[in-house]
Parts: sequence; C-alpha cells; structure tokens
Amino acid sequence: MLELQHLSFRVDTEGQDKEILEDINLLIPNGKLIVITGPNGGGKSTTARIIAGIEKPTEGRILLDGEDITELGVTERARAGIAYAFQQPVRFKGIKVRDLVRLAAGKKISTGEACSYLSAVGLCARDYIDREVNASLSGGELKRIEIATVLARGSRLSVFDEPEAGIDLWSFQNLIEVFQNMRKNIRDSSIVIISHQERILNIADEIVVLVGGKIQKQGNRDEILPELLSSGAARQVCRGAV
Amino acid sequence: MKELDSIQKRLLMEIADLHGVPEGAFNIRANGESAARASTANIEIVPKAEGKGIDIHIAPNTKNESVHIPVVLTKTGLKEVVYNDFYIGENADVTIVAGCGIDNCGPKDAEHDGIHRFYVGKGAKIRYVEKHYGSGDGSGKRILNPGTEVYMEENSTAEMEMVQIKGVDDTTRTTTAELAAGAKLVVRERLMTHGDQRAISVYVVHLNGEGSSADVVSRSVARDRSFQKFDAKIVGSAPCSGHTECDSIIMDEGRILAVPGLEANHVDAALVHEAAIGKIAGEQLIKLMTLGLTEQEAEEQIINGFLS
Repeated sequence: MLELQHLSFRVDTEGQDKEILEDINLLIPNGKLIVITGPNGGGKSTTARIIAGIEKPTEGRILLDGEDITELGVTERARAGIAYAFQQPVRFKGIKVRDLVRLAAGKKISTGEACSYLSAVGLCARDYIDREVNASLSGGELKRIEIATVLARGSRLSVFDEPEAGIDLWSFQNLIEVFQNMRKNIRDSSIVIISHQERILNIADEIVVLVGGKIQKQGNRDEILPELLSSGAARQVCRGAV
Repeated sequence: MKELDSIQKRLLMEIADLHGVPEGAFNIRANGESAARASTANIEIVPKAEGKGIDIHIAPNTKNESVHIPVVLTKTGLKEVVYNDFYIGENADVTIVAGCGIDNCGPKDAEHDGIHRFYVGKGAKIRYVEKHYGSGDGSGKRILNPGTEVYMEENSTAEMEMVQIKGVDDTTRTTTAELAAGAKLVVRERLMTHGDQRAISVYVVHLNGEGSSADVVSRSVARDRSFQKFDAKIVGSAPCSGHTECDSIIMDEGRILAVPGLEANHVDAALVHEAAIGKIAGEQLIKLMTLGLTEQEAEEQIINGFLS
C-alpha cells in the first residue's frame, strides 16, 4: 500500500517557481490496479518519478505500507519493494538482456526463468536473451524488455510510465494480457500504470485523473471511465491504435 | 621446464587463462629467459640468437591449432625488448595467445617491449589475443610498449583482441598493418586506465589491395587522473572499406584524446571514423538503481558491460 500525503513538487524555471504537483493526496491500496491518466504536462510522470525516488518532493510525505520513505533514495526504495518501468527505457552497451533480467531479479536465475519473463511480454526469449540492450533493439523491443525487468522484480508496488508508448498494435493486446496476469496474481502488492489508453483504463480497478498538477477526479473505473469518455477529456483518451 | 613461482603462475592465469602447460605449441618467457617451450608437427618455435625472441613458423593448411607465447616479469628493474616473428603459411587457421604480466614489488621500473611481426600468408586466418596486466605495490612502474606489425597477403584474415584492464602504468601500443587484395583485419581493443596511468594506442592501417577491409574498434574507460590517447589512421589506396571507432567512458579527472585519421587515395575507398567520449549517462545509473543496485554497483555493472 502506498500513500501520498500533501505532495507538492515545484521547479525553478527561469527564476520563477513552477508548480508541477500541488497538494496531491492519493492512496494506492494493496490488491489494486490504479491507472493515472490526464493530459500531457499534468504531472503524471513526475508523480511516478517521485514514487520511485528519482525526484524529491518539495513538500509532503510518501508512505509505503505505513513506513515513511520520503527521505529514501532510489536504491533504498527499490529494496523496499518499489519497481519502476521507464517511459523511455535506457540502453546499455555491452549489457545483455540476460544480465538486466538477472539484476532485476536480484539473484542468480536460470536461463529458463529469465526466458519466462521475456515470453510474458511477447518476446521470443531465445532470440533476445543474449542480445545487448543497445541501439540494435527497436523502441518497442526495449519497452517490452523494460516491462520484463519489472516482472522479474516481483515487487510490492510496480509503477509503469506509459507502457504502451512505442509498442506496436500487435503487441498491445499482449501487453494488456501481461497487466491482466499481473492483476490476477497481485495478492499483497499493487500496480500503478500511467496511460492515456482506453484499453488500459478498462482494466483498472481505480482511475485517477491528474490535470495541471492536481487530482481532478478519482474513483472506481465504472464511475470515472464513462465520465472521461463522454466529457471533453475523452479527446485525451486514445481509443484506437497506439 | 623451469619451475615458475606462485606469482608467475598467477600472472599466467591473468593474461592467458593458463593453469599449467598449455596444449599445442607454446613458449613461456619468464624474467628475460625461456622457461618452457614446445613445438608441434605443424608449428615450430625457433629461438633467435641471444634470447632476443622467437620465430614461429606455422605450416600451410594448419587447422585448429593454437600457439601460446605468454611473458611474465617479476623482477624489479628488468627491461627487455623482444622480437617475435610469426610466419603463417597459406590457408592456415590458428589461434595465437600472447600477453604480458608484470608484477613489480620493487623500486625500479620493469619494462617489456614486445615487437610482434605477423606475416599472414594467402587465405590464412589468425585469431590473436593479447592481454596485458600489472600488479605489485612497488614504487617502480610497470611499463609495456608493444609493437605489432601485420603484413597480410591476399584474402587473409586477422582478428586481433587487445586487452589491458589493470595495473599497467605506462603503455604505448603501436599497431601497423598492410593489407593486400581481399584481406580483412578486425581489431577489438579494450582498455581501462586508473590512478596516474597513461595509455597511448596508435594504429596505422594501409588498405593497399582491392576489396581489403579494416575494422578497428576501441572501447575504453579512463578513471582517476589517467590519460588515454587513441590515434587511429586508415589509409585507403584501392577500392576498400575501413572503419575506426573510439568509444570511451570518462570518469573522475581522466583525460581522453581521440585523433581520427582517414586518408583516401582512391575514389572507391570508403572510410569511416566514429568517436564518442562521455561520462556514464545518469539515466543508466538510475535505471540500475531502480533495480536495487547502489550507485557504485551500478557504475561497476555499466563499466563491466562496456568492456566485455
């Protein structure tokens, strides 16, 4: 369970304070899949980066299962049980897919086990396990490997920042299945996905709408999604292919 | 065979992965003299006069054989220049493992300058592995100045892997190559310097024959206050293709100088140089930290991968 209490984030742009997030209060209970949506520039990715510890909030507290983790760095938060999938995955010269999955698992794992995470994201594991995570991989391939590293971590809280971006239509259905499977085995953990995609919003337990750094709406999917689709905000929700 | 001491054995492990006497032909040089030597039916190793090196004759059509010629130095103050000449017969296909390890616990510099000349016959193929390693906590420097000359006849291939990861204080590596028609040279250099080390790597490759090609790639990491210079020149004088690449990670107060050099003397010479020097990307560190690694562990993983 993750709790954001009175969270604010300001940056200094050209000598002026700019409020990116303003007094965010959010509870992400165990056993739930939460989708954070809203227009670009609304503060979604910043929220994800603050949860992962990459950015420090200007004000407010972050609690993981009741424990205050506001002051913990990226490494400590990862060890405390937070996993984070980058919107734009990072490339590494010389590091193989196998190495990255093993590092994510945090222990020695068999080739079969490593392959199972890749298969889960729709990659033919044998073709990828010994490839380098470098520029030879396409954006979509990298994205799927990124998601596989989060699966391998098996964390208490998994945060995905726009997992659908850069993924082709064929893989998209597969991606939805990955999240549905995660949802099935969620037990004492929770999932946060940042997305504009209606099909991802469709599998959410709860939806949070973040606009201009503030939470505009928050509630069960059945309550929020019809509103989103019928209101002006629908234009922000992508219904078709990615 | 002379008995090697434990330090010499450890150096052999580092530079040639040797736990004992290797299979096939070999010459082990320790502290300026030959400690062990063996020839095979196809590979003959003949010492030069006055211990100044060896000639290695590989018979034409020799396949799947290997030659090990490691050098270890454990005596402070020892300086030597050694000439090793390889004559590789037509259509042979062999692996040559060289390398030098210096353990200097004394106050004087220890230096090994190995000059290797390769005469690669028509259609022959060699894979050459050279590892350099230094250890010992004496104030004397560990110095290696290898010179490599490669003369490649028609349609021959040379793949060269040059590795220097640890402990060599000062090195100037000079590699020259001349390629006839259809010959192919591939060089992979991996280098890490730390402390106040200095490493200079110079390549001059002449693509003289039609259809010859060269691909020279260096990956390096400069840490602490160390200095590296990568000076690679390809001269294309026929329809040919040449590529050099220097890809470096700079850390701490390290300094790196990349000097690209391309000379085209023929309209169908296609030559490319790439060079990139930069620190470890912050996003790379953060990604590995989100997997639970500390910043230092993340840095090690990135460097190990980069130099693998």
